[in-house]
Amino acid sequence: MIAYLIRRIIYAVPILIGVNLLTFALFFVVNTPDDMARMQLGVKRVTPEAIEKWKQQRGYDKPLLVNSAANGTAKLTDTVFWQKSASMFVLDFGYSDDGRSIGREITKRMGPSLAIALPTFLVGLVVYVSFALLMTLFRATALDMAGVALCVLLMSVSGLFYIIGGQFVVSKLWHLVPISGYAGGADSFKFVVLPILIGVMGGVGSSSRWYRTIFLEEIGKDYVRTARAKGLSELRVLFTHVLKNAMIPILTGVVVVIPLLFMGSLLTESFFGIPGLGSYTIDAINAQDFSVVRAMVFLGSVLYIVGLILTDISYTVVDPRVRLQ
Amino acid sequence: MSLFKVDKLVTRLRNGATIVDGISFDIAAGETFALLGESGCGKSMTALSLMRLLPDGVVNTGGAVQMDGAALFDLPEHDMREVRGGTMAMIFQEPGLSLNPVMTVGAQIAEVLALHHGIKGAAANARCIELLTQVGIPDAARRVDEYPFQLSGGMKQRVMIAMALAGSPKLLIADEPTTALDVTIQAQVLQLLRETQDTTGMAMLLITHDLGVVAENAHRVGVMYAGQIVEQSTREQLFAKPLHPYTQKLFAALPDARRSGQPLSAILGSVPPLGSITQGCRFAPRCDKAWALCREQTPEWTVVDGRGVRCHLYQSAEERVLSAESPRASDRTLGTQHSVFSTTHSALLQVSDLQVHFPIRKGILQRVIGNVKAVDGVSLSIPQGRTLALVGESGCGKTTLGKALLRLLPATAGSVQFAGKELIGTDAARSTMQMVFQDPYASLNPKMRVAEILEEGMSALGIGDDSAARQTHIDGLLDKVGLARESKWRYPHEFSGGQRQRIAIARALAVSPQLLICDEPTSALDVSVQAQILNLLKELQQELGLSYLFITHNLAVVEYLAHEVCVMYLGRVVERGTTEEVMRSPKHPYTQALLSAVPRIDGAGREYVKLEGDLPSPANPPAGCHFAPRCAHAMTVCSHYPDASRISTTHQVHCHLYNK
Amino acid sequence: MSFQLVFLWSDKLIFLLLAAAGVAAWYVRRHEHLLLPWRRVARSSVAMVSLLVLSLFLAVGLLDTLHFRMALPQTSGGEKVYSPEVLSVFDKLVDPLRTHTEKTYSEPFALTLYAKESMPDAQGNVVRDYPRLQYGGAHLTDVSQRDADVLKRALVGGGLGLLVGLLSFYLSHRTLHCASGCDRAVSSATLILTTLIGAVVSLATVYHVLGTDKVGQDVLYLSLKSIRTGLIIGTVTTLVTLPLALFLGVAAGYFRGWVDDVIQYIYTVLSSIPSVLLIAAMVLMMQMFIDQHADWFDLEAKRADARLVCLCLILGITSWTSLCRLLRGETLKLREMEYIQAAQSFGVSSLRILTRHIMPNVMHIVLIALVMDFSALVLAEAVLSYIGVGVDPSMISFGTMINAARLEMGREPMVWWALAAAFGFMLVLVLAANLFADAVRDAFDPRLNRTENAT
Repeated sequence: MIAYLIRRIIYAVPILIGVNLLTFALFFVVNTPDDMARMQLGVKRVTPEAIEKWKQQRGYDKPLLVNSAANGTAKLTDTVFWQKSASMFVLDFGYSDDGRSIGREITKRMGPSLAIALPTFLVGLVVYVSFALLMTLFRATALDMAGVALCVLLMSVSGLFYIIGGQFVVSKLWHLVPISGYAGGADSFKFVVLPILIGVMGGVGSSSRWYRTIFLEEIGKDYVRTARAKGLSELRVLFTHVLKNAMIPILTGVVVVIPLLFMGSLLTESFFGIPGLGSYTIDAINAQDFSVVRAMVFLGSVLYIVGLILTDISYTVVDPRVRLQ
Repeated sequence: MSLFKVDKLVTRLRNGATIVDGISFDIAAGETFALLGESGCGKSMTALSLMRLLPDGVVNTGGAVQMDGAALFDLPEHDMREVRGGTMAMIFQEPGLSLNPVMTVGAQIAEVLALHHGIKGAAANARCIELLTQVGIPDAARRVDEYPFQLSGGMKQRVMIAMALAGSPKLLIADEPTTALDVTIQAQVLQLLRETQDTTGMAMLLITHDLGVVAENAHRVGVMYAGQIVEQSTREQLFAKPLHPYTQKLFAALPDARRSGQPLSAILGSVPPLGSITQGCRFAPRCDKAWALCREQTPEWTVVDGRGVRCHLYQSAEERVLSAESPRASDRTLGTQHSVFSTTHSALLQVSDLQVHFPIRKGILQRVIGNVKAVDGVSLSIPQGRTLALVGESGCGKTTLGKALLRLLPATAGSVQFAGKELIGTDAARSTMQMVFQDPYASLNPKMRVAEILEEGMSALGIGDDSAARQTHIDGLLDKVGLARESKWRYPHEFSGGQRQRIAIARALAVSPQLLICDEPTSALDVSVQAQILNLLKELQQELGLSYLFITHNLAVVEYLAHEVCVMYLGRVVERGTTEEVMRSPKHPYTQALLSAVPRIDGAGREYVKLEGDLPSPANPPAGCHFAPRCAHAMTVCSHYPDASRISTTHQVHCHLYNK
Repeated sequence: MSFQLVFLWSDKLIFLLLAAAGVAAWYVRRHEHLLLPWRRVARSSVAMVSLLVLSLFLAVGLLDTLHFRMALPQTSGGEKVYSPEVLSVFDKLVDPLRTHTEKTYSEPFALTLYAKESMPDAQGNVVRDYPRLQYGGAHLTDVSQRDADVLKRALVGGGLGLLVGLLSFYLSHRTLHCASGCDRAVSSATLILTTLIGAVVSLATVYHVLGTDKVGQDVLYLSLKSIRTGLIIGTVTTLVTLPLALFLGVAAGYFRGWVDDVIQYIYTVLSSIPSVLLIAAMVLMMQMFIDQHADWFDLEAKRADARLVCLCLILGITSWTSLCRLLRGETLKLREMEYIQAAQSFGVSSLRILTRHIMPNVMHIVLIALVMDFSALVLAEAVLSYIGVGVDPSMISFGTMINAARLEMGREPMVWWALAAAFGFMLVLVLAANLFADAVRDAFDPRLNRTENAT
């Protein structure tokens, strides 16, 4: 188990190096720092001096990969790659275009992001699984058909509609909660309840239907027949036998996103003005602040890999057959 | 007064096709009633109907079931749940799939105890251990907390039986309880079922396709065909003189040594699809005794000498005499022609000390820490025109050996010479050896026409000058394997299992090989179809002078088809010799156990050599003689692997007992 | 009047896809076993109704894909000069919709603008009132006649549509031998659709059926134009996904060893980056790249189109990994199948095994994945355009429509029609696609056991 985890962590390194190289290529090779400067300063009538100054301020004036002017290790370290990309391995994200530390911003914004994402995740999981179980229990009846039809309808609706529609009905028509904004502490409840509700709503269709498929697949297996042959009631069969087995495929899809909850949701946060990492990312995209986007890409993949490892660990909890090696 | 009575049970698909058509039988306490039939005859659906556990899309549309005085079909679902697992328990074919993989064995048994006896907690645990001990699981106190995946197939079926016994049932329904198990394990489980019945006095409904299993365990038998019981009698009556032409044919289709000189009497065609025959006798299209009446009028249930049969032959007394001939009366021409086998045949295929190992990796760096020695130093030779049977239980490495010979798997060491030419490490002479696989449904690409399937090998190996020549060759092949030439434009899914196996044989023959490796080619087929394929293989051998390496676990097929036998155990050959020698006077204790475990339909079974435990893992085989830990004759010297001891010029055995 | 045909990059890709679909259809028709699952699809009336709706969308999208430029009246040195504006056949067909632009917002069927303006009345006094629209309902002199007029036109148009529908049925019944294809649901859906289209056509000539947007463009026109963008995103992306996923997935599963390691590494790297972020990063870079090389594009439409094609490319690059993983797993299973081993024992080459044995047996997975992805991609376009990493802002799409309308959410009374139109059209398209995808999956997935096979 420990050996397995160590191997997984070691295996994560080349993946992160790959991500790092990919972002580096994307941000510094496809478009050179000169292009970036021209872009930021306005494409037309930019003096070479202004570009140089812009690059210097941000440390983009160094050579990309190898600094032939420097000596010793500085040949490699005094470069854009080392200082802008490689440094991310120690979670040093540098500064955004407005001069703030990205690392500090991330720690500050994780809280609000989690305040939305975590409850959405938990409430969602419970709702989706319950709905799917309900459909499974009444499988091949009109209720099940209606449930599936509802799921297809719900998953055909754009996520933007849930947000816009929800804001319009709940906040604007009924004045139940503020349209947007965020406050810490006990006040936060009224700000987060609608985003959470909408977040859960947005996933009902696809998730419930997917879980239903998993349950139905399990219910067709031989051990379920054995359980029925013992004289167990259909509910007992569903809850003690099917649910336990269905958790295994469900976990694959679910555990991996848990670390990513820190990243928040781009859409929800920007619509509701939540000062989390999602809206941070959106703002950076709109402002074309590449250092922030780069940092978020790297952070995202680190969290994803953590999620993968967590998934493996969770398997050992629910599936006795899995002994990690 | 019988304990359990089924009256005119009818089960249909929702779309109307009848699966089970008016079945009636009864079982007394302490009695085993066997439902015998080929796949698709509706015997499993009968069992599920009785438990009211039919899958979605299948419904019970008629009949009545009396269990201990209660009409099961009239019970509300709630009361039926009391019956299920309580008075009536069931075990299934695939013990590996029938247990919940994420619950401990104990928890699954405890569920029954809590539900039907209200036993919970420590008392339940104690009872679980007691039950596991009762079904012969060693070290039950530890096993009770283990998960199914930690148990072997035979153990899982024992757990299933323990779970069934937990409710103290009066009737146990066993649906093909040993089909997924190896023959030595099958013998253990069948014996366990007999013993359990003796101690508890419960009734048993045994569902099987295997006449051997019926012979071992049943008191009375119902033979099912296409949804109906066509014959019902006691075991003794049935085995002495089957009445229905179908049953007679079934007996005649069984391969064994006595018939090895002559073709088996195969039943033409295959089992009709469900609900396809509504008028007349369902067996009429395949029956050689059928006449016009059989196709027009469904025969009534006729009682003859206290046994029932559904056949027009027995509806008038005079015809009875005509047909009451024993199926084996004419078969007593004992063919002992194998015994003249001599070693002067020069070997076509010569395998020496072949090893196939698979590395086991572990740890952070995934270092190789050991090897699964799937094939561990096997030597054998096959002369031109002869059949060598490779016998062994699952996991003994026989299939791996076959694949290594075809170079589908890399050999770790050893040599394979074909007609004197070394094959290991080359890609040459692919056309000289071909394989016929076990599963006819997996061995043909569903997206290719028969002609394309047959042509593939020819074009890959550059056989046949042009397309026209190849097409002619394909026509010839189809003739040879007994398929219509038009079938080459059709796709595999349009054929039955037996026909598919014919196509697979034609594919192998397309490149004119001299040796066919047949990997359990009939184990996925019904007995009646198996006979057709065995006949075909025998014909082809005579006609084309083919050699066969016949990989199988079915000893009856070995006796019928093989000239020589190699018995494999955990990657090694433990005994070899002519069929006559190995089958009549086995020397190795494992061979003896294997042979004695096969249920015999003549009832004259030899003394059963009970084999304890399961096959050890090939990753960690016992040192020395692999069989020693399970062997009744084990000695201290068995910690060294024995050399070959010659019993005769052709008969060799690896056992210290004969090492003088 | 002369014109010059214009083939945008996306047009060419669409034609390529059409040709590929045509070849595939021809091939399937000739092979009964390939046709079999499609017959199952055809038996589902839900699928056929969805297909009908989808083909309507497709027809609009295809008409909108034939582009040309009109010649301008003046010439420069004897050379014809073409308008910089690229039009499509669809634009020409709905010319009134395109050209009837008002000043700013107006509600559906409105006769007046949405906002009051200062204007002189009959007496010459300046009053603040809602001005009449230039085109919407301009034929009416009396404002109160509107409802009656709308009803009359709807009935007449609808009636004509119904008539056309019935006529076409009559003709097709006489020419085609309708057996299973003409089932009740499909015929009634056809009649409903023709009636609806008839009514809308008759109304749209004189009213803005779905209102107008900020710069006075007809929302119905915008919605219909958005269809092409959605379809392109949903289909052209597969041109990237399909070969990547198919070749890499099958190769990884079949060859295993280092090939598998490399391919797995590539897709783990790609899928470890949250897809929205990866898309955003790539789109930002692509956007910058195109902006830097604005001189490559002689027409505005070509630049916007290049962005669209690049977006498809990026979506393709970020979304092939899941299908690849699926195919790798399936290939791992298939390569142990006995028919593959039979081929190997003949010494059949790996390439041939891949193309003859493995690919045909994973095609159902590919097909299911593609139809399932379509709707997800259409939905993704809207979200990406909202985030600002979608299509070019000058390109009409559901995303840009929603984005523009969203800014007016705060207005009192609310400007709801543009949002409603975009969401409505998107819902119909995606719902139809989802229902069709479901039917395709049911028909092709061998794991779903069918009772019809058991009999």
